[in-house]
Amino acid sequence: MEGEPLIYLTCVAIAGADYCVIAADTRMSTGYSILTRDYSKICQLAEKSVMASSGFQADVRALQKVLAARHLIYQHQHNKQMSCPAMAQLLSNTLYYKRFFPYYAFNVLGGLDNEGKGCVFTYDAVGSYERVGYSSQGSGSTLIMPFLDNQLKSPSPLLLPAQDAVTPLSEPEAIDLVKTCFASATERDIYTGDKLEIVVLNANGIRRDYMELRKD
Amino acid sequence: MKFDTSGLESHGQLVGASDGLFNGFPTAPSFEIPNTTDFDCFQKEAIQMVKPAKGTTTLAFIFKEGVMVAADSRASMGGYISSQSVKKIIEINPYMLGTMAGGAADCQFWHRNLGIKCRLHELANKRRISVTGASKLLANILYNYRGMGLSVGTMIAGWDETGPGLYYVDSEGGRLKGMRFSVGSGSPYAYGVLDNGYRYDMSVGEAAELARRSIYHATFRDGASGGVASVYYVGPDGWKKLSGDDVAELHYNYYPVQPSVVEQVMVET
Repeated sequence: MEGEPLIYLTCVAIAGADYCVIAADTRMSTGYSILTRDYSKICQLAEKSVMASSGFQADVRALQKVLAARHLIYQHQHNKQMSCPAMAQLLSNTLYYKRFFPYYAFNVLGGLDNEGKGCVFTYDAVGSYERVGYSSQGSGSTLIMPFLDNQLKSPSPLLLPAQDAVTPLSEPEAIDLVKTCFASATERDIYTGDKLEIVVLNANGIRRDYMELRKD
Repeated sequence: MKFDTSGLESHGQLVGASDGLFNGFPTAPSFEIPNTTDFDCFQKEAIQMVKPAKGTTTLAFIFKEGVMVAADSRASMGGYISSQSVKKIIEINPYMLGTMAGGAADCQFWHRNLGIKCRLHELANKRRISVTGASKLLANILYNYRGMGLSVGTMIAGWDETGPGLYYVDSEGGRLKGMRFSVGSGSPYAYGVLDNGYRYDMSVGEAAELARRSIYHATFRDGASGGVASVYYVGPDGWKKLSGDDVAELHYNYYPVQPSVVEQVMVET
């Protein structure tokens, strides 16, 4: 366990009608030691796509670099930013091309789609992905997901007649919910704590907020 | 017209250094392999990390009017339900469907790849690919990667010039033509209901109800299946999604709660 700089972080993303909230704590631990209390795990890949990843830190960095490079090539070729659903598929393919030597990264991608609605995509380590209304990954996800299911359980996108999957919460309510999630997860998960970084994407752009969490 | 044998070309470049720039679409994706003496055991650790979703129930059958395809929507990682809304019926193109069982990423990626190959075939040959051809393309790809740890148990269902077609393809390289298939941990339960109620000359409505009931009964008894039972119909004009019902609600539709006779009502003080 010692000596593996795995990020046992917790990240949460919630999609709203016209916003998307992505939050992750800033603690990086290895085994029982804390390596740093101020490590950002949220990476902005494009104007409207933000990714948070848990797992092995070197693989996460490599993945972010590959995606940033691919996005730059796309911008040069198409003269526009990549949309969030396009970035989602790119991430899925990038992960799958390493199917036999996987990136040890569990990702959550959040952003705004072409109509300005919030979207959250959740991944496994080899690239299977799904668009959902909310998601959480990492060590605290087993603690947070049941709580989000209880508060935000939205109709499945597979139902016919279709029902809208984005949460009816307003942006301040969603941010409040995220803060509550992390405050609770910090109580019971040793790898979650120190500081919470919240990124909010909406029509006005992107902004970051911080909240202190328990440091023990 | 030159006979197009591109489908018969072997996918030579399984392992190779990719240039990372992905210029154009590589029709035979090349995968990096770890530099280790014991590849099989390395694979085992990687598989544990990937934790494919084996718990599932999918089924498909051919009847007089076409093909009926149905699946649940639960993805489990060991004992944890990672999602209740996984799309297990993949739309390869407007007249062909594939079902997902086994590794979610494997199925998603190779079905997308199959859709691309089918489109290329259409453009090269000026006509749609048959279900036989599409399933053969997929089976050949999976056979090439046989033994490397892919986990795919899929059914390709579609309507082509010869009528309805249904094939079962798996990652061991098997490919079977048939009239009724069910794949997944809940398949024994689904087969029980499906085989009992199946008749070739059913109407679309009856076939849809049979498919829905089979999935419901499988989710009732199999812990790894659940969520939403989706039913698709493939006819001469292509596929159409007929219904998506939460299986919990289906339970109370099929078995409504009977108010029981109460002998004594408990008095609340």
